[in-house]
Amino acid sequence: MILFKLAWRNLVGAGLRTWLNVMVLAMAFILMIWGKSVVDGMAYQLYDAMTNIEFGTGGQLWHSEYDPLDPLTIEDAHAAYPQELTDAIASDEVATILVRQGTIYPEGRMQTIMVKGINPGQKVMDLPTYEIVVGPTGLTPALIGRRMSEKTGLKRGDILTVRWRDAGGTFDAREVEIVHIMDTVVQTVDRNQIWIPISDLQDMSDMEDQATMIALTEPFEGTPASPAWVYRDLDFLLRDTKDMITAKNAGGNIMYGILFAIALLAIFDTQVLSIFRRKKEMGTLMAMGLTRAKVIALFTLEGSMNGILAFGAGFILGAPLFYYMAVHGYTIPGGTEDFGMALGNTIYAKYGAGLMLGTTSLLFATVVLVSWLPTRKISKLTPTDALRGK
Amino acid sequence: MESKTLIQTRGLVKKYPVGTGFFTALKGVDLTVQSGEFVGLVGPSGSGKTTLLNIIGALDAPSEGLVEVMGKDLATLTGAQAAKHRSAFLGFIFQTYNLLPVYTVFENVEFPLLLLGKSDSERKEMVMQALEWVGIADKAKSRPKMLSGGESQRVAIARAMVKQPKLVLADEPTANLDAKNSHHILETMVKLNKDLGTTFMFATHDEKVISYLRRKVTLVDGSIQSDETS
Repeated sequence: MILFKLAWRNLVGAGLRTWLNVMVLAMAFILMIWGKSVVDGMAYQLYDAMTNIEFGTGGQLWHSEYDPLDPLTIEDAHAAYPQELTDAIASDEVATILVRQGTIYPEGRMQTIMVKGINPGQKVMDLPTYEIVVGPTGLTPALIGRRMSEKTGLKRGDILTVRWRDAGGTFDAREVEIVHIMDTVVQTVDRNQIWIPISDLQDMSDMEDQATMIALTEPFEGTPASPAWVYRDLDFLLRDTKDMITAKNAGGNIMYGILFAIALLAIFDTQVLSIFRRKKEMGTLMAMGLTRAKVIALFTLEGSMNGILAFGAGFILGAPLFYYMAVHGYTIPGGTEDFGMALGNTIYAKYGAGLMLGTTSLLFATVVLVSWLPTRKISKLTPTDALRGK
Repeated sequence: MESKTLIQTRGLVKKYPVGTGFFTALKGVDLTVQSGEFVGLVGPSGSGKTTLLNIIGALDAPSEGLVEVMGKDLATLTGAQAAKHRSAFLGFIFQTYNLLPVYTVFENVEFPLLLLGKSDSERKEMVMQALEWVGIADKAKSRPKMLSGGESQRVAIARAMVKQPKLVLADEPTANLDAKNSHHILETMVKLNKDLGTTFMFATHDEKVISYLRRKVTLVDGSIQSDETS
């Protein structure tokens, strides 16, 4: 207790030197939390969007031939619904999706697209499929995304011809009406594709009760009975996203490390300078009855208290920024279209207990360590040498 | 005043390693100091005054021989025991005052009492009393950098005396002071010695200090050359 009192007195007595140290540490602390919370927030938004919009919370069943990165697989990637899901499909508890390649001719230009059929009543994927209802024209209703609309010039109410190959390989064509344009952050459900009712696509392709993939709300237990289907869990589906986040995190961690090093350097320098300049003071303390161990503890405590004060200052000074970033977010200039990520124009910071406690604990433990390291020299100091300032 | 042995050294030797050999700073010093004495170790630079003072103050260890202070054989004390011994029984006054720069005068004088675990009220009373003894109570809130050399040394005396130790060890206490301030400081110490019975031991070659001593132990080349009581 006495050492706490003395350390506090030394810190307060040191005045500006203490507050400069505290402010450097506090700024580093704020920037570390801020930087990490933005990356964490970005990751959270990304996972959330991909899971809820593209995949479904329970993962997906894929046709065994289906590979979204290989268009040549799409032709054969369709099979009859798995029997285990008959009831769930009938009650729209899962999203059945049939994928076919097709061609459209917006403004007279030919464009290859993916035609995706989906049950309009599904609620597994956060897509406005309920909008895909037949209008007054009686044509097949189609849903497209904002990016697709901007690229092709298609607008709500437009009618366009879609050409495709049926199961027998014969080319066929049908007119569809754009009934809704959705705005989504997930580009992979938007670019170069149109969504129509699965029953229409099945009918057009002569693939009754067949699908390419099925999005689930709950993980699939066991293995599908039909070898035509394989279960892809969220770990598999989010693998690319996770790799991307890992890459982003690596960059963030470098910044985190630099800030961390600056903060620790401030403490370390102060401690080294203190021990160099305050030898006579140490000798005096020993002469008055402090043991070497207590002198070491006192100087370590002084350094560590810089950290404690910095955390307090960091929380007080950083709170408005942390609050603003969590509630109003960080608007990315020019949007995120070119990042290739499923992010909106605003990133909201996310502060988990792990981030706050982890950063605080890590910084504090290291502050104590760098406060203590230079003081080890004191253990070799005799009171008489210290008094002479040697 | 009761007279009893406070310090006793027998055959005290102190050697320092120098290169491949040793430099012998003290060569078999035999010295006895009674409680309440006002004694000085005098002699030229390098005669061993400060070394002897540091060993008696448990700041340094003897190479050979016996050193007993208040009946304790200092050679047997561990570092922690020596620190406790210094805290409880000894006061130090240094040539360069050695005040803690970030503390106020009050806090500097209070420091030894904090180590002894005195209560807030006890500390306040004892600090103000010590500052009164040295005539510097009005500077209690000042910082050391705001004080003159004489004022700083008076604060150092107050710090050494505040716990009313048995023994005060003063190493060249007037070396940085002018004549007027030196006499003022010495008169203060003579008064404290007389009023409180505190034993004072000096290491000095300052004639002004020597003129105040009641006993003068002259060291030359690490040995006692003379021991005179006035």
